[in-house]
Amino acid sequence: MLNGSLLGASADPPAIHLQAAALTYGGTALFQSLDLTLPAGQTTCLLGPSGVGKSSLLRLIAGLADGADGVVLDERGKPLDGRIAYMAQQDLLLPWLPLLANVLLGARLRGEARDPKLLERARALVDEVGLATHSDKRPAELSGGMRQRAALARTLLEDRPVVLMDEPFAALDAITRYELQALSARLLQGRTVLLVTHDPLEALRLGHRVQVMAGRPATLDSPLEPSGAPPRPLDDPALLGLQSELLNRLANARRGLGDERCA
Amino acid sequence: MRIVRPALIFLGLIAFWQLLVSATGVAAFILPGPGPVAAALTEHWRSLLSHAAITAGEILLGLLLGTLLGTASAVFISAVQPARRWLMPVLVVSQAIPVFALAPILVLWLGYGMASKVAMATLIIYFPVTAAFFDGLRRTEPGWIDLARTMGGGRMAVLRQIRIPAALPALTSGLRVATAVAPIGAVVGEWVGSSGGLGYLMLHANARLQVDLMFAALFVLAVFAVTLYFTVDALLRRLIPWQADDGLEQDTAQRLA
Repeated sequence: MLNGSLLGASADPPAIHLQAAALTYGGTALFQSLDLTLPAGQTTCLLGPSGVGKSSLLRLIAGLADGADGVVLDERGKPLDGRIAYMAQQDLLLPWLPLLANVLLGARLRGEARDPKLLERARALVDEVGLATHSDKRPAELSGGMRQRAALARTLLEDRPVVLMDEPFAALDAITRYELQALSARLLQGRTVLLVTHDPLEALRLGHRVQVMAGRPATLDSPLEPSGAPPRPLDDPALLGLQSELLNRLANARRGLGDERCA
Repeated sequence: MRIVRPALIFLGLIAFWQLLVSATGVAAFILPGPGPVAAALTEHWRSLLSHAAITAGEILLGLLLGTLLGTASAVFISAVQPARRWLMPVLVVSQAIPVFALAPILVLWLGYGMASKVAMATLIIYFPVTAAFFDGLRRTEPGWIDLARTMGGGRMAVLRQIRIPAALPALTSGLRVATAVAPIGAVVGEWVGSSGGLGYLMLHANARLQVDLMFAALFVLAVFAVTLYFTVDALLRRLIPWQADDGLEQDTAQRLA
């Protein structure tokens, strides 16, 4: 188990206020004057039907706007520049770099990769995600789950107080997903996290807050706040109750979108 | 099997050649059989070798120069936006001019020595290298660029650490084409005007009706070209191991699973 300094100083994570987010795609407004608040140091899970604009919202906060508008500020009214780490559904590992070098990608890009302390942290993180014996292997030699673990280590090495994750576990099999959920919940503790997911149970397991995005233009419903600290046990009856409520909301949300698509 | 198969193909081709000559009874000054050509090879091996060295030098220098110029151009065009708009059309139009038509001009400008042939080989491989590498640089996985942006990587760092390595597999396919066509440039240059090289030797043997020597020179050229191609191919595979075709398929399979 790592001590705090190796895992990174996630002290003072900011709350995030996204205001007046708007995105028009192909003449259709995906969302307009949408507001979203991510509480400081907590995990917010965003659910919703495919194509509703969840990923675009996350990318807007990440500063990868692609034509979306909106204001992203912390609770003090400052921009989030340099405080964000991003993790996508694809592991985005570079196929020519061995695992450890991939984990150090951010440092390589900023020209800091030779710092021995950073190298030590990178090794510790690779160990922490259970890949210590694979650190010299190229991504092609690793399984999908291992690759996503490596991506998690890369995200954590960036040591940012805000972590944005876009369906990071969607491509994994059920067991691997279950293990990785627990691992990332533990390692991301104390950071402000936005997790976009398709899986209601994943959202309920990992989120302090769960919100459904639905409609066109999309709106956000009132957040669900499951009790207890994540990662929550999946056999909790309260969780299963919330799951069926979430599934209802999602089914309604999809019907809303589906009608429009058929038209 | 790796050596046996090419050897069998080689022997098969020789046998077919002999069969063609025996069956048609074609005159030796039109198509000599393998026997006379082998005799010419052993008789003239010294001069064949010295001329081959000249041609090989032209090809290798052309490859080196064309690769350097081509990769540099591709990086420049992809890094500087206005360069793309101004230079790409020029590049494409330049390809409409047959390189063979330029050969006499190059000989006129650069003389009968190696320089004009090196220039020919360089010109002929410049475009495939530039086009392939530029294409690779343009098609970087967008997710990698996004990730690099959130990590605060500058344009040059992203180019060096991500876009160039990601484009290397595309560059290698350009280099394979270049390796295959570079000998054409050198030999055409020698035909137009030269004082040495296998093309020069063939031209003169042709004039003196030494058809067996012509074929011997052609044989040496073919052996060199094939050896060069496979050497470059093996080298590229070793330098870019992550490009292995099965690795790519595995990758796709993993994504789909």
